[in-house]
Amino acid sequence: MKLLKGRAVVVLRPNIDTDQIIPARFLRTTRREGLGVALFADRPEFLQGQTGSILVAGENFGCGSSREHAPWALLDHGFRAVISSSIADIFRSNAIKNGLVPVQIPDTSQLRGEVAIDLETCTVECEGRRQSFALDPFARHCLINEIDELGYLLAAEKEIAAFEARR
Amino acid sequence: MAQSRTLLDKIWDAHLVRPETEDAPAILYVDLHLVHEVTSPQAFTVLRERGLRVRHPERTVATMDHSTPTLPRVNGRFPFAHGDAETQVETLARNCREHGIELHELGSRNQGIVHVIGPELGLTKPGMTVVCGDSHTSTHGAFGALAFGIGTSEVAHVLATQCLLQRKPKTMRVSIEGALQPGVTAKDVILAVIAKLGVGGGTGSVIEYAGRTVSAMSIEERMTVCNMSIEAGARAGMVGSGAWQTDEGARFDREIAVDVSRLAPMITWGTDPGTAIPVDGNVPEDAPQKSATYMGVKPGAPLLGTKIDVVFVGSCTNGRLSDLRAAASVLRGRRIASGVRVLIVPGSQQVKRAAESEGLDKVFRDAGAEWREPGCSMCIAMNGDALAPGQAAVSTSNRNFEGRQGKGGRTFLASPLTAAAAAVAGAIADPREVLR
Repeated sequence: MKLLKGRAVVVLRPNIDTDQIIPARFLRTTRREGLGVALFADRPEFLQGQTGSILVAGENFGCGSSREHAPWALLDHGFRAVISSSIADIFRSNAIKNGLVPVQIPDTSQLRGEVAIDLETCTVECEGRRQSFALDPFARHCLINEIDELGYLLAAEKEIAAFEARR
Repeated sequence: MAQSRTLLDKIWDAHLVRPETEDAPAILYVDLHLVHEVTSPQAFTVLRERGLRVRHPERTVATMDHSTPTLPRVNGRFPFAHGDAETQVETLARNCREHGIELHELGSRNQGIVHVIGPELGLTKPGMTVVCGDSHTSTHGAFGALAFGIGTSEVAHVLATQCLLQRKPKTMRVSIEGALQPGVTAKDVILAVIAKLGVGGGTGSVIEYAGRTVSAMSIEERMTVCNMSIEAGARAGMVGSGAWQTDEGARFDREIAVDVSRLAPMITWGTDPGTAIPVDGNVPEDAPQKSATYMGVKPGAPLLGTKIDVVFVGSCTNGRLSDLRAAASVLRGRRIASGVRVLIVPGSQQVKRAAESEGLDKVFRDAGAEWREPGCSMCIAMNGDALAPGQAAVSTSNRNFEGRQGKGGRTFLASPLTAAAAAVAGAIADPREVLR
């Protein structure tokens, strides 16, 4: 995945925490699948009939809990990227591991309609206006090539064993 | 001469399997992995799908806390409010058996909230890296450890490799000075710090708490402070301990000074943990209307006297013995206001036994409160302990997000003293008035 195009769903409220993304009562599951129905379950006004695959949210998106159910719910609902002026640390890490693209740009106010995210050049384009965003080179590499971090860690087995031996 | 290093630098360097480069994060070794029923089942599924084993079961300890009932057994059975919670707990038990992981299961002697039992069992030690699929893992930083919450994919990474891929966080030192006034506690200190930093102010950072106020705090108080680091967006919070200290002259990316000598008991008025004000203060004039309406408070008006329905004393923030003693100091010889429901939920079986041996359970029951079994309970409200829509609670937990304690519930975060004072008054009250 290098290029992601989709329609923006704009929810500009700041501090959309993980409890708003997916309330805790939906965490009593042992599966990753099927959580789309729980997305914004108590905040139906967020989507208000908007449909699209790119969520444009207010600052500090995903703050709060470490629940990976948050990106699972967004992905299952059909989102492929989240754009915000700031994204909470654990949410961003969880998003990348599931192929949900986290994009941080200072000004999200112009984003509407069709949006294109280019992971190769790290740019967002909307209505002919292009903005660059910063993305960790490793995260970018993993997203583009669908690298699985567990596989990467397992490949470091010799180094891990050596570390354990010298401690 | 070796360069001065922060506590974070030292722990980080001591756990580097592979240092980070511009192109790739570090491979960081994990000393202790704590596991609970809600964020682990999908990680064990990954291991099963790939035919992997847990690399170090002896570095892994599990408990059941998030979705578990806090009412005692009925005819030998735990009264689960939801069948899927029971399935989750059974799944954890099966996964632990299959992989040889120590499990403190429901009803066993040392079961409790993961961040309460880790230190109790002597698992958390200075200089360690500690992780758990829970954002309040930062609690363990009180022991001079680097402790942070991880997602379920990362739970699988640690189970399989005992390692994580991590970029080194930025460092922030919050220096806290001043003696606390009577009725003011560690909870009030951290609520004031979060109000100052803002809920995103710590993003990307690990906070080290320093200064004489912190040095004077007990370990349980330090745990309360470190616990809520994530509410300012920080990855972790820590306090130097023993040989694990920041060197003189070490540089931090950011330094903040906080004077708490005139701090009042704090309480949040809004729907994020950064909205604390003095309990006898007024809701800010510029309070966002949506939050104020949700909470049923008026911008510019005082919070004192605001009617409440529920008081919750417990959680990994304030569910330890010293917290229960604080609540009991207010409730001893008093009755809770009529129509108010008070839940006292010890953080662990050990805390419960210790409290009972001091007679605290009797103090609570005599006052009219419910004395429950250990667990996360109404902090996350996924076990049946929940607010009804519109109900207001003074809660000693860590989050006041909309719906956090139950759909439509309103949460005012405060210390155990302030919560107990509210229980007696049936409304938000100043604990200093009761203690006077």
